[in-house]
Amino acid sequence: MLKMRILEARRWLSRSFSNILHSEPLRVCVVGSGPAGCYTAEKMLKARQEAQVDIIDRLPTPFGLVRSGVAPDHPETKIVVNQFSRVAQHERCSFFGNVTLGSSISLAELRKLYHVVVLAYGAESDRSLGIPGENLKGILSAREFVWWYNGHPDGRNLDPDLKSTDTAVIFGQGNVALDVARILLRPTTELATTDIASHALATLEESSIRVVYLVGRRGPAQAACTAKELREVLGIHNLDISIQESDLLLTPADEEELKNNRIHRRIFELLSKAATSRPRHAGQRQLRFVFFRKPDSFLESKDSTGHVSGVRIEKTVLKGVGPGKQIAVGTGEFEDIKCGMVLKSIGYKSVPVDGLPFDHKKGIVPNERGRVLSDTSDTAVLEEGLYVCGWLKRGPTGIVATNLYCAEETVSSILEDLEKGVLISSTAVPKSGRDGLLKLLHDRNVRIVSFNDWEKIDSEERRLGSLRNKPREKLATWNELLTATSKGIDNFKR
Amino acid sequence: MLNLNSRLARVGVSIAKHLCTRDYTYTRGARNYCLKPSFQKNSFTNLYKGAMFGKHNFLSTFSNNTTEGGSEEKETISVTFVDKDGEEKLLQVPIGMSMLEAAHENDIDLEGACEASLACSTCHVIVMDVEYYNKLEDPTDEENDMLDLAFGLTETSRLGCQVIATPELDGVRLAIHAATRNFAVDGYVPKPH
Repeated sequence: MLKMRILEARRWLSRSFSNILHSEPLRVCVVGSGPAGCYTAEKMLKARQEAQVDIIDRLPTPFGLVRSGVAPDHPETKIVVNQFSRVAQHERCSFFGNVTLGSSISLAELRKLYHVVVLAYGAESDRSLGIPGENLKGILSAREFVWWYNGHPDGRNLDPDLKSTDTAVIFGQGNVALDVARILLRPTTELATTDIASHALATLEESSIRVVYLVGRRGPAQAACTAKELREVLGIHNLDISIQESDLLLTPADEEELKNNRIHRRIFELLSKAATSRPRHAGQRQLRFVFFRKPDSFLESKDSTGHVSGVRIEKTVLKGVGPGKQIAVGTGEFEDIKCGMVLKSIGYKSVPVDGLPFDHKKGIVPNERGRVLSDTSDTAVLEEGLYVCGWLKRGPTGIVATNLYCAEETVSSILEDLEKGVLISSTAVPKSGRDGLLKLLHDRNVRIVSFNDWEKIDSEERRLGSLRNKPREKLATWNELLTATSKGIDNFKR
Repeated sequence: MLNLNSRLARVGVSIAKHLCTRDYTYTRGARNYCLKPSFQKNSFTNLYKGAMFGKHNFLSTFSNNTTEGGSEEKETISVTFVDKDGEEKLLQVPIGMSMLEAAHENDIDLEGACEASLACSTCHVIVMDVEYYNKLEDPTDEENDMLDLAFGLTETSRLGCQVIATPELDGVRLAIHAATRNFAVDGYVPKPH
């Protein structure tokens, strides 16, 4: 009874409070300026006139994976940055780049400064296979490779060796795997007019890789890619595609799966068509789809340089584990593929920061529709004012637009909490928000990159690009990026 | 009020007419997938400027275009949008204009992340009457690739940027999918490797 009264009083308080709020801004901080962060900021600005949103990002450049994940030959997918730029330039929104959660500022400090903190910093690490030989030279995660060709400043020094081998094996058959395969196999003359990093283009131009294997645990009815990406890789000029026709035989369980899944059905059709009707281009570059195989171990080259020389894979069969769901299990039959390069495209992984509850098993922050929970148990309580969106919330899957719906969900949770008074104790107190953040960062000598600064980087990149018939030439080192922001200012030194 | 709305819509139409002649080829080009998307397609981008947060767009496009002259009448059709909350809005859409453009010109909350370059599915609309759906040309492979990823896909789903106003479509009703309600059910989750 008492509880009810308290709740009612809280509700009343919050309602009368939200009337007052119009003069007192609702301070919101979004960590991460990729699709999840930008959509969250957009929805928040739209929903609440009194919301003042600050977006921080550890890079000097905004837009997260739209810049460093989307492949250079997919410019149309990057058009969404127009919309994200309008969000960042909104009068009640600010972008602060080069600010790292966990080192420039702690999570506890952010929560003190803002009424609402939304973490949308994605997944900057990789799942590992956990099999012997995984640390051999020549084995990279697809994420590192993508960062490298997309000019991410932390991928600048990867320097993959594409000259000592003619064969690369990619584990995984999702869109990232297809992107990576396409970049390795597509004629470099076609890549030269994209915004691919010039260091990557130069390396690819000298690449000796002619054969790429795409290895998946399950079959063509379960492939995790989407049709656009598959159609694209199948359409590469002079590329010989190989798919075992025997892999295309469907079991009743497969047929049941396909019946209920339009994407998988269309993917299967594309693969079947490619397997049967594709003319062979002997002597050209080859893409080999390998289904029903899982990685077992990596083989080391005999010259004891610690370099990978092949992969051992195990044949699998599918086992039903519930309606419409089949998993791959090993059969004990093994085979080897010789290769000098391996790219693991088996999933990104989020990394927690100090003071953030984290579900290490799922690799996400425990949450209820975006509300951060104190732990994964049934007795978990809400972390007041702390929310999560994007890959950190639901794991590293989906496309740009998935984050639109993800952000809608998180923002509706925030609005619900504001309405119900869950956030009352924190919103009742004015918070210093942006001013407090700027003061703290100033005291720590953090060089903030504003959206204006980013626009300087942007125009410099476009200028450099226009000299080479590219839409932009990405500045791919921290130094270049920060120097570009200070163009016109003398005496700037980092 | 209703009267005012439809009048406003008509003013919108005469404005749209000019925009339309300018942007029409771009949209159609996307349909054929032969166009090279570029970040410099400013005419199209400008169309969207401000549409996100306010109604200033309406006025600014107006002032931009009155100077361009020309005022011949252009045929329009009636299109009803049913938004996420079930609210209906009747528009007059000039022949040749895409439903995405029409929605944005009239402040209807329809996303258009890739600006009609067939690289996303955020302008997903559901044609509410199957008879109208059948009047449309079949979606291309490229549109189907994007529809694969649309939330709450139905048998009569299309991308708003690919549905172009034609006389046969007069009276069509288009629903915008209520995304959040069905997030967990319809959300595209690629199967793990």
